[in-house]
Amino acid sequence: MTTHRLSIPLQEDDVRQLRISDVVYLDGTVHTGRALVYEHVLQGQNQPLLDLANESNVQMHGAPAGVEDAPGEYRLSSIQATASFRYWKYVPDYVERFGIRAIIGKGGMDKWVYEDVFAKTGTVFLTTVGYGIAALYGRAVKRVIDVHWKEELGLPEAMWVLDVENFGPFIVDGDCTGASLAAEHVDSVNKNFAREYAKLPEYVLKRIGEIDHSLANEVIVGKPAGDGD
Amino acid sequence: MTDTTGGLGSVLSPVAGGGIPETLLEEAAYEAHRLAATTLPDDVKRAFVGMRDREQEELPKRVLEAIVDNFHAAEDDQRPVCADVGVPRIYAVIGNETAIAGGFVSFERAVRRATGRITSDLALRSNRCHPITRRNPGNNVGVFAPNIEYRVEPDADYIEICAVHKGGAFGTDFRMLVDGDGLPGIRKAVLDAIAEFGRRGLTCPPVVIGVGLGGTKDQSFSIAKQAAQLRPIGDRHPDPDVAALEDELLEMANSLGIGAMGYVGTAGYATDVHVEIAYTHSALTPMGVHQLCQATRRGVVRVHMDGRTETRPTPSWFSDYSRRMGVE
Repeated sequence: MTTHRLSIPLQEDDVRQLRISDVVYLDGTVHTGRALVYEHVLQGQNQPLLDLANESNVQMHGAPAGVEDAPGEYRLSSIQATASFRYWKYVPDYVERFGIRAIIGKGGMDKWVYEDVFAKTGTVFLTTVGYGIAALYGRAVKRVIDVHWKEELGLPEAMWVLDVENFGPFIVDGDCTGASLAAEHVDSVNKNFAREYAKLPEYVLKRIGEIDHSLANEVIVGKPAGDGD
Repeated sequence: MTDTTGGLGSVLSPVAGGGIPETLLEEAAYEAHRLAATTLPDDVKRAFVGMRDREQEELPKRVLEAIVDNFHAAEDDQRPVCADVGVPRIYAVIGNETAIAGGFVSFERAVRRATGRITSDLALRSNRCHPITRRNPGNNVGVFAPNIEYRVEPDADYIEICAVHKGGAFGTDFRMLVDGDGLPGIRKAVLDAIAEFGRRGLTCPPVVIGVGLGGTKDQSFSIAKQAAQLRPIGDRHPDPDVAALEDELLEMANSLGIGAMGYVGTAGYATDVHVEIAYTHSALTPMGVHQLCQATRRGVVRVHMDGRTETRPTPSWFSDYSRRMGVE
């Protein structure tokens, strides 16, 4: 569990040295993006308005708490990340095309993304801590440099380009060896769930108007068939 | 409980005749939102500090340290504790002896104005948007938004406004249990909800788990949310059978070895479990589970008929009257 302070743009060596559970703080330019940004860029064929690989090769899955006080004048109060694994359709392509070295998010990505994509591209997944320490992260944002595509995507979903200083702490959830911290911890607690489930009978009926669950099903969907080979 | 109006009370002494003015209600709703956004309730802060001190595993301990640092930073800087304001909503307890100068339309207007103002003043994220077009007016106000739930309290001459902000997506679920499922079915449904959302920390643990048992399908969900959001940590239901279930479910939730953020930990997954019941169909028990994240945000302000305004540590949403049993 080593602590690192790194400058953006991140170099390949910077990220290949990181291991799961290391702590990272960042300086430089970070940009945000959620589903609408990915669709705008990857499906809508809109080129990012800055050179991501050389200026901002760290993307955060987050929509900040922020307002536009006057045209082009933004005030950001807090920021954190949203659940990242739901962007599995977009992340591999985006990371490869734009030379992204780190994704900042929540909950990690499914392990195959780290193994099949990040190990090759030299990218890590940095998880936000506690998933709700947005005031601390907000403090580290020195300036909103710009907000791209706010008319098309709306202010929260637009691409915010942020100047950050000592932005963190983040924990390495996925490293370039393909390891996944969250997956390790899920494996560790599964035996405790199995112990509790063993004490309980099955429901009388399978389902009546609700979603059925079992320990085998995580919210994340798993590797799509025939992909990534 | 502090007077936050700085002596407005005396200025507004004629309210008793004409009812509580809209301006006072707007300021109260604004203050409730401000508290919810920036200041965790004391019971929640105490619980996190205690967990941080007890946690023996390094990763979740680090997370709990950050959670404590964050709630201090939010309060000191007046920043939102969490960037996801969720869909800001209001619970209102209306005293039966209360009059509002402009009637209830005036109250609802005050709440909508306060919601728009706080969104701009604290730079809250404007989440509320049209569900199909995604058009976003930018002020967290729109169709049915913010939603206001009411309940009435007898022999009271105030309006109590509780603002709740809760981030989206993960932690809530529903199960329709049948008569043969019994207590094991209830336990299993809670375990399912934790297995689904607690692993990987998607609920942003430590959480308060609210369980709504009975009533109708929609009601079971409403009371589950109210149980999680509107009762302080450590509170127990007055019905001893319900209280015993709360203890039992808390023990189960904390026996799974999950700590803060879903990491393997020793200090527990939940700060509390609150169960609310509603009398239900004899063949069925609809059941809602609502897991409230560590950004446990509520702000409570009470406005009295004489113009006094006070902030309160916890809402009085649940009372002997609201849980009454008999016909009269």
